Amino acid sequence: MTERVKKEPLMHISKRADLVWWKGWIIRAVAIVAALLVCALVIVWLTGYNPIKVYAEMIRGNFGTKRKIWILLQRLAMLLCISLAVTPAFKMKFWNLGAQGQVLMGALAATACMFYSKSSLPSWALILVMFLAAVISGMIWAFIPAIFKANWNTNETLFTLMMNYIAIQSVKYAVAVWVPNGSGKLPILNPSTHAGWLPDLFGQEYVVNILIVALVTILMAIYLKYTKQGYEISVVGGSENTARYVGISVKRVILRTLLISGALCGLAGFLLVSGTNHSLTESIEEGMGFTAIMVSWLAKFSPITMVFTSFLIVFLQRGASAIATTFQLNESVADILTGIILFFIIGCEFFIRYKVNFRKKSKEGDK
Amino acid sequence: MGQVAIELKNITKCFGPVVANKGINLTVKKGEILSLLGENGSGKTTLMNMISGIYFPDEGHIFIDGKEVTITSPKDAFQYNIGMIHQHFKLVDVFTAAENIVLGLQEKEKFNMKKVAARVAEISEKYGFEIDPNKKIYEMSVSEKQTVEIVKVLYRGANILILDEPTAVLTPQETQKLFAILRRMRDDGKAVIIITHKLHEVLAISDRVSVLRKGECVGTVDTKDSSESSLTEMMVGKKISLNIERGDAPKEPIDRLVVGSLDCYNREGIKVLKDVCFTARAGEILGIAGIAGSGQRELLEAIAGLQPVRRGKILYNNPVNGAQENLRDKTPLQIRELGVRLSFVPEDRLGMGLVGDMDIVDNMMLRSYKKGNSLFLEHKEPRDLAERIIDELEVVTPDANTPVRRLSGGNVQKVLVGREIAAAPTVLMAAYPVRGLDINSSYVIYNLLNQQKQEGVAVIFVGEDLDVLLELSDRILVISSGKVTGLVDARSTTKEEIGLLMTKGSSMPERGAEHD
Repeated sequence: MTERVKKEPLMHISKRADLVWWKGWIIRAVAIVAALLVCALVIVWLTGYNPIKVYAEMIRGNFGTKRKIWILLQRLAMLLCISLAVTPAFKMKFWNLGAQGQVLMGALAATACMFYSKSSLPSWALILVMFLAAVISGMIWAFIPAIFKANWNTNETLFTLMMNYIAIQSVKYAVAVWVPNGSGKLPILNPSTHAGWLPDLFGQEYVVNILIVALVTILMAIYLKYTKQGYEISVVGGSENTARYVGISVKRVILRTLLISGALCGLAGFLLVSGTNHSLTESIEEGMGFTAIMVSWLAKFSPITMVFTSFLIVFLQRGASAIATTFQLNESVADILTGIILFFIIGCEFFIRYKVNFRKKSKEGDK
Repeated sequence: MGQVAIELKNITKCFGPVVANKGINLTVKKGEILSLLGENGSGKTTLMNMISGIYFPDEGHIFIDGKEVTITSPKDAFQYNIGMIHQHFKLVDVFTAAENIVLGLQEKEKFNMKKVAARVAEISEKYGFEIDPNKKIYEMSVSEKQTVEIVKVLYRGANILILDEPTAVLTPQETQKLFAILRRMRDDGKAVIIITHKLHEVLAISDRVSVLRKGECVGTVDTKDSSESSLTEMMVGKKISLNIERGDAPKEPIDRLVVGSLDCYNREGIKVLKDVCFTARAGEILGIAGIAGSGQRELLEAIAGLQPVRRGKILYNNPVNGAQENLRDKTPLQIRELGVRLSFVPEDRLGMGLVGDMDIVDNMMLRSYKKGNSLFLEHKEPRDLAERIIDELEVVTPDANTPVRRLSGGNVQKVLVGREIAAAPTVLMAAYPVRGLDINSSYVIYNLLNQQKQEGVAVIFVGEDLDVLLELSDRILVISSGKVTGLVDARSTTKEEIGLLMTKGSSMPERGAEHD
């Protein structure tokens, strides 16, 4: 070779063995601080506002008043409920992107019950019927792709995604039928009788929602960790071949798990209609079907950790819309900030898993 | 013997906290064959990957023809005339041999396949290869593919050749042929490095041996001054006996498992088992020999209820009630419900026998978690079992709650074999149970199999090392391309006889699908 070139790679990346738990949290904390700094730069650059004031507004937007705190908790509960719903399927490596559709179908069924019953049923009975209808609809919507996956190994990602569009249009269609005047907006149902509305508890309208989701969280944590069925989900997710090898019927586990997943989505739909909106639009789930995927992944499929990750997401979203109104910013600026923060939080997982080594200057000298 | 072709000085490479190579010095001269000997995980392949540009060393210097060089990519390695033949071939299946050979070469003029073929023929003649430049890779046997790989690096003008475990997939006869070629290359002045852990091959082929242990080079010796036992001692760090205590075969053997005219098709619809018949007897080890991918996996999976069977029977004689059960077309669960105690150590440990992300305790539960009517898991028994296995088989692990994925190959295998034996089987099937294991762990496994045999279990052992098969088994069933080509008595047969049976009547295309 003509001449010897001393070129060396600048750095290399290696897997960390075991990281002490608190070091992981330090990395996460550093990531959040870095995210806030970058956001501050963006805020100054784009708007010229004092970033500290903007951050304070974010906190005020979440915790400013009692009512705001209740709304925060309610949103947290809904997002958590849907995240819990997708988790068993994800743990099984069944990529259920159809939470949106399953929630919508649940909400649609619940609203239909409310709409057609008029006042023929006492409220408690109506609530029960709505609950069952919603859960069963969610189950059906999840079961269809599961059948195809279990029997013909179709791609569940695309399948569940397509089912979302059917669900969205079904809701639109139903609303159009129910509201023939063409406004396309279903008014709040039973505003005076409150039939089919979940009752207030301790004078607060969302307490029942929150309690139900708290219960589901605990049950899901137990289900995944301590029951035989939860164990089967982990085995199928870990290796389908191993599952077959020990005699687990992979098909049955897929079907059963998706029924659970769909039922919880249906429950979320029910809570949105009966416990929150008392009405229906096709955007009633506000994108939570997809946000839930992020919540579930960030928590590494642990239901208890999901309480925190869904809090984080809801906090960011609510804070973002608060600053958007207070400073009369475009919503997009708020979304940019949310995106930056999430980018750092998700990105720091890389540094928790891997280590970057910079090459020490190699001792020079020609022999 | 000529001047130094390549010299490594103080090479160190770490992967995270794992030191794969530490301060290694190595020289290879022109016209010499150097064996790089060491157990699995001792850092042989890592070291060679640094010469061929796949990894970059953390510290140290590489000299070629006395000049220091920096190799950061396989392309750099080519420039310095280094060629590596990897254990897993890197060939394009639908291309011909000639096309694969010139693949990636940047030549100024237009490709001229005739010229290429002529040059390939010239190389083949010089070193004694048998190669058809126009044959497609998927039509080739494993040894032909290997030939293509070797010609490929020679075509690029390699003067330093590195072969990573080249004999692992070859029959004894093919190995002999390969060695003849390597000797011719040596005589032509090329420097050859051969990675292996088979001692008798080291002694047969190399001029010098460098031994690695736990990432360090423990020494380089002249082959003529060394023996199997001295090399083992260097490799392991202590003297160990390499004898397998084979017990006597049972006087009046009882047929435990009878397989008759079994036909199987794989997912692609290719017939992988053809009219397979054999009997496994209680208290006996039945070895199964064959080139990798001859249908061994499908055979065991068919018995275990994991592979659909097109034709034939699988009969099990239950020692408890004397009943005869047909296992064909039954799921693993149904087989177990019949009271058949069939244990199976599959080839793909983490892909089939265990779940890598789960800890040892949870993996112990795999077979038994269903017991009882409770909705909840029972953790106590599996935990006791996990602790017993860790203790008895000396599994190296921080604790019983470590995911098995984090354990080394040998320890993963101990966990799996331990669990399968704990089920008190009457039939124990083990596919390549010592693949990737160090010498000590291998002998632990051999002893466990022997122990099971003494207890009256019908053991079926699929192996790749013929020496071990001969020492361990009572009878050896040889299969080739899914057909039984022979059943021999392990005490009286020879390696050569088995080698011939392994290639008898093989038709290549069906075997090709297995290896990509």
